[in-house]
Amino acid sequence: MSIHQRTKSLHARGNALSDTFFQLNVLNGKEMSDARFPAFSEAIKQAGFSTGRLKPTAIEIFQVNVGKLCNQTCAHCHVDAGPDRREENMTKENFDRCLDILARYDISTVDITGGAPELNPHFRWFVEECRKLGKHVINRCNLTVIMSNPKYRDLPQFFAENRVEVVSSLPHYSALRTDSQRGDGVFDDSIKALQLLNAVGYGKEGTDLKINLVYNPTGAFLPGGQAGLEAEFKRQLKRKHDVDFNQLYAITNMPISRFLDYLLESDNYETYMQSLLDAFNPGAVAGVMCRNTISVSWDGYLYDCDFNQMLDLKVAVNGRRHLSDFDFEALSNRDIVLNQHCYGCTAGAGSSCGGQIG
Amino acid sequence: MSKKHYFDPADLAKFGNITAWQKSMGDKFFAWYGEVMKEGALTEREKSLIALAVAHTIQCPYCIDAYTTTCLEKGSDEEQMMEAVQVAAAIRAGSTLVYSTQMMNHAEDMTM
Repeated sequence: MSIHQRTKSLHARGNALSDTFFQLNVLNGKEMSDARFPAFSEAIKQAGFSTGRLKPTAIEIFQVNVGKLCNQTCAHCHVDAGPDRREENMTKENFDRCLDILARYDISTVDITGGAPELNPHFRWFVEECRKLGKHVINRCNLTVIMSNPKYRDLPQFFAENRVEVVSSLPHYSALRTDSQRGDGVFDDSIKALQLLNAVGYGKEGTDLKINLVYNPTGAFLPGGQAGLEAEFKRQLKRKHDVDFNQLYAITNMPISRFLDYLLESDNYETYMQSLLDAFNPGAVAGVMCRNTISVSWDGYLYDCDFNQMLDLKVAVNGRRHLSDFDFEALSNRDIVLNQHCYGCTAGAGSSCGGQIG
Repeated sequence: MSKKHYFDPADLAKFGNITAWQKSMGDKFFAWYGEVMKEGALTEREKSLIALAVAHTIQCPYCIDAYTTTCLEKGSDEEQMMEAVQVAAAIRAGSTLVYSTQMMNHAEDMTM
């Protein structure tokens, strides 16, 4: 019932990639690699976005990254989260600002992520307040947090009582693949947590309690078709562990943060970027998640998506980039900030926080 | 042009070029190949494991690289991939050993 981390955060290691500006320089062929790829803004011109700019369709999802503190240090984490990230956690003041905005505007879904969101002391209160406002709440739970301490063991009941949709990473139905990415012992604790979620009705027929799993490749390759992966995950998890779940979301790893570090260290960076470009799917551009999402950071700043947040690419709305200056109209008409990592969301069938786009 | 190797991993990306000198046949091959490998009575994941096993049997380095990647993409893990290769190896070994029945028959025919 304990997990062993295979890595530390880039921040803790003092790695140059913990500087987001340095990461952007790598992606643009100015640091560590001289490989330069066609600008993403040029690529989307062939997808019908002739200006090379992308606009929102609506603001339907309010994604709140409540902090970088996590009980795991996964090898691919785009947040660079970990047990050492104790400073970056959302305060009550910023949660209150989120609730004010959610009360004012018709934004249907609150998508809570981290880190491990449950480690934020205001987590349960925030979920309950969002539910009082009638919002659909998604929580991105890493599963092992439920097993990490007895005080979190009742989280499945809490989620059920608040009708929270749970979205959890499980990169493989084999312990070897899962632990290679997420840390030794993560698979076993994840299965125990899934069994607890199943026990209160999650993933079971006849309930409206949804547990959706996230598959993302455990190496320098792209995800295969979501339907085929889901069928195999369902078969294997049921057969080996009597675990049920609703949907599998296949998500592509973005070439940023710790996954970028892995790509560079394993000499896979250029091949991976080329595979994203080769798999560029013009049909996936229209459905990318930044078009209906606003992403909020622990310190209250606004971004187009969680990936832009981790590269510190704030929304392109001058002077109104914080919860305290939230301008719904301006945000609805903003230009989405694009860079080379965006190829990760348009490869193959496309990728979003809700899985495959196509 | 480099003549250092018979096999160059970079050549795998040039596979599509085999249509260059015989387009009609090459196009037919790729259309058939695509049809064979897509989901049917067998899943794409199962077909990629078969392809990986065959790749080892025919000892094609390009196919081994290509179908190792494809197997991972389709969700197979190391244990499944190694089992597929073991199946190929077992059939190959068995096909050697089964010939020994001919050896035994012949030996019995000519010995007292």
